[in-house]
Amino acid sequence: MSPIGVDEWVARSDDRAEQHSGALGVLARLYGRTTWWQRILVLAALGLIFGQIGANGFQQNVAFNAVLYAILAVGLNIVVGWAGLLDLGYIAFFGIGAYGYALLSSHALGSLLTQTGGLELPTIAAVPIVLVAAAIAGVLIGLISLRLGGDYLAIVTLFFGLAFFEFVNNVDQANLGGNNGIIALQPWHGFGGTIRSTIGYFYVGLIVLLVLMALLHLLNESRTGRAWRAVRDDELAAKVMTIPINAVKVMAFAFGAVVAALAGTLFAAQQTNVFPTNFQSTTLILIYACLVLGGVGSVGGAVLGGFVVWIVEQMLGSPTDEGYLFYGLILIAILWRVRPWRTLAGMLAAIIGGGLAVHAIVGAISSKAIGGQVGSVGWIGSVMKHWVIVPHAHAETFGNILFVLLICALVGIIRLNGIRRLAASVPAVYLAACCWESRLSVDPAITAQIMVGAILIVMMAARPQGLLGTRRVEVV
Amino acid sequence: MQQFIQTLVNGLTTGSLYALIALGYTMVYGVLKLLNFAHGDLFMVGAFVGYFAIGWFGGATSLVIPAWLLVIIMLTVASLGVGGLGVAIERFAYRPLRNAPRITPLITALGVSFVLENSVLLLFGGLTRYYNTPAFIPFSVSIHIDGVSIGIVQMLIFGGSIALMFVLLQLVNKTVLGKSMRAVASDREAAEMLGINVDHTIAMTFFIGSAMAGAAGVMYGLYANQVANLIGFLAGLKAFTAAVVGGIGSIPGAMIGGMFIGLCESFSLSYISTRYGDLTVFAILIAVMLIRPTGIFGRAPLQKV
Repeated sequence: MSPIGVDEWVARSDDRAEQHSGALGVLARLYGRTTWWQRILVLAALGLIFGQIGANGFQQNVAFNAVLYAILAVGLNIVVGWAGLLDLGYIAFFGIGAYGYALLSSHALGSLLTQTGGLELPTIAAVPIVLVAAAIAGVLIGLISLRLGGDYLAIVTLFFGLAFFEFVNNVDQANLGGNNGIIALQPWHGFGGTIRSTIGYFYVGLIVLLVLMALLHLLNESRTGRAWRAVRDDELAAKVMTIPINAVKVMAFAFGAVVAALAGTLFAAQQTNVFPTNFQSTTLILIYACLVLGGVGSVGGAVLGGFVVWIVEQMLGSPTDEGYLFYGLILIAILWRVRPWRTLAGMLAAIIGGGLAVHAIVGAISSKAIGGQVGSVGWIGSVMKHWVIVPHAHAETFGNILFVLLICALVGIIRLNGIRRLAASVPAVYLAACCWESRLSVDPAITAQIMVGAILIVMMAARPQGLLGTRRVEVV
Repeated sequence: MQQFIQTLVNGLTTGSLYALIALGYTMVYGVLKLLNFAHGDLFMVGAFVGYFAIGWFGGATSLVIPAWLLVIIMLTVASLGVGGLGVAIERFAYRPLRNAPRITPLITALGVSFVLENSVLLLFGGLTRYYNTPAFIPFSVSIHIDGVSIGIVQMLIFGGSIALMFVLLQLVNKTVLGKSMRAVASDREAAEMLGINVDHTIAMTFFIGSAMAGAAGVMYGLYANQVANLIGFLAGLKAFTAAVVGGIGSIPGAMIGGMFIGLCESFSLSYISTRYGDLTVFAILIAVMLIRPTGIFGRAPLQKV
C-alpha cells in the first residue's frame, strides 16, 4: 500500500505482538477471514433466529433498539470514521427524521388537541420527503465544515444539536407538540399492511441495517470512500491530488444525515410518539459510545458497538441481569489481564479470602455494620451477603463514600505498575463490590450512564481503535 | 432606558462568570490544544462544593461565622478542591492521550463530562439545591441608581473576576511557571528539550484553570441561588465560545469574549424573546464562530506543512 512499507511493518509490530491466542484469537481470525457479504448473511441469519425464538416484549424492544443504535452508529461512522469530521450535532438529524415523520403522518399540522386535520401522508410518501429534507439539512451543516475544522466544527455542530432541542422544546404546543411532544403517529403502513408489532419493526430495522451495510461497504470501496479517507488523513495532500475536498465533506455530512433520519423515522413509527427529550446530548453520547466501542471507521464495528452498548444499557436496567453484568465484567477483566496462572489464582484467592476476612472482622465488631440489604437479587445476592459489607443504616451514604474512594483508587492504580498494580487491584475489586451492592445497583439508570462515560474514557486510553477497528498507522 | 441599564448590568455579571470559565478553557486549550468538555462540569462541581460549605457552617439561616468569611472559605475550598479534581482528570484521562489523533481526546472529554455529571447525580441526587443567598447576604445591600439595582453579589462577581484575570495575567507574563506555560503552548517538544517539566506545567495549567472554574461555580451559586447537576455543560460551551470570540489563548480576549456572550444572552432574553432566548444565543454563537473563527484578539495560526 504505502511505498515505504517497511515503516508500516515496523509500526504495526505492536499489533502483531498483541494478536491473541486461544478462543479470542480464533474468533478474531475467523472474523478476519470472512468476507463482507458473509458477515451480512450471518447477521441476517442471527436476526431471523432471534425473530423465531419467541422473545418476550422486553427482549423484542431491546433487540429493536439495538438495531436502531447500530444504524445510527453506522451513519455516524460515515461522518466521523471515514471523513474524519467530528459531528456533534448528529443527534439533530436523528431528530429531524423523527420529527419530520411525526409531522407528516399525524395530526400535528392540524390540531394535536382535538386530533383532527394534519397531513397523515402514507409512509411511502412521508419517508422519502423526510430523507430529502434531512439530506438538505446535512448539506447545509456540511457547508460549515468547509470553513471550520477540528474542534471548531465540533462545537458549532454541538450548538446546532442543542439548538434543535431548544427549538422543538419551545414550539407551539397546539400543533407542533412543544415540550409535550407529538403523539399518536401512524405506524409504517402501505401495500395493504400496517406494521404494529415491535418484532415487525425489528425486521424492518434489520433489513435497513443489512442493506445499509452492503451499500456502505460498496461506497467505502468506491472512489468516494477513498476520497473520504484521503481527506481524513491529510486534507492538504488530498487537495493536491485534485480530490474535490469541499464536495467530499458535504457529501459525508449529507449521507450521515440521511442515515440518521431514516433511523429517526423508524424510531418515531415504532414509538408512535416523539418527545424533545429523545434528542438530548445523552443520546448523542450513547451513539458515540457505540461507535467508539466498536471501532471508528469500521461498519462491522459500528454494528457490534450498537448491539453491545444497547444490550449493556438494558441489562443494567434489569435487577437480575445487572449483577451478572457487573461481576462478569470484573471477572473477565481479571481473567484476561492477569497472567501467569499462578498469579491469577493467587489474586482470585486474595480477593475472595480477603473479602471473607474483612466481612468476618467487621461482623465481629458490630453485627449492624454488615446487616444491610445487598442490592443484588437471586443467588448473587445471597452469596454477596456473606462477602461484602453493607451497613444496616445509612447504606446510601456509605455507598457514596465508597464510590468516591473507588474513583480515587482507580486514579491511583493506573500510576502503579506490575505486581504493585495487581496488589492494589485486590482491595479495589472488593471496594467496587461493596459500592455496587450498597449504592450503584440501587440506581441502575445512573450507573449505566456512568458506565457509558467510563467506556469512552477507557476505550480511548486503552484501545482507541475499538473492538473491530484497525489502528491508524501514521507513517512519518 | 432603565431596563436597558439593568440588562447591561445583568449581562456583565453573567459575562464575568463566563469569562472566568473561559479563562480556564483558554489556558488548557492553549497548552494542550484540547477542547475540555469537562471544564463546564468542574464549574458545576465547584457550585456544589460551595453549597456544602454553607452547610458545614450551620446553614444559610444560622451561620456560625460572618458572611464575608464564609464567602472567602467557600471560594478557597471550591478552588482547591476543583483544582485538584482537574489535575486528577488530566492525569487519569488526558495524559495517556498526549500524542493521540485529535479526535481521541475530544471523545474522552465527552466521556469525562458524562461521568462527572452522572457521578454528581448519583452522589447528590437530581434535585436542585438552593444556596438561599438572601438569608446571609441581604439583597438590600445594593446600589440603587434610578431604579437600577446592582447587588453586592453582582459587584463581587464583577470585581472578583477582574481581579482574578489581573492575577492570571501577571502569573502568565511574569513568573517562571507562566513562561514555561507559554513555552509548552508554543512548542511542547522544544520546551521539553530545554528542560521544562512539561507534565508538571500541564498539571499546573489544569490546576489553575479548574480552580477558576470552581470559584466561578461558587459565584454562580451565590448569584443564581441554585445548583443542579446539569448546569455545567451549557455554561462550559458558552464559555468556550467566549474564549473563541476573544481569540483562543488570549487572556484579555477570554475576558472580553465572556462579557460579549453574557451581554448577548441577557439582551436577547430581555429584548427578543424569553421563549427562544437560548435559541437566539445559539444562533449568535454559531454566527460568531462562522464569521470570525480566529476571534477578536486571536490570529490565524500559521500552518506548517
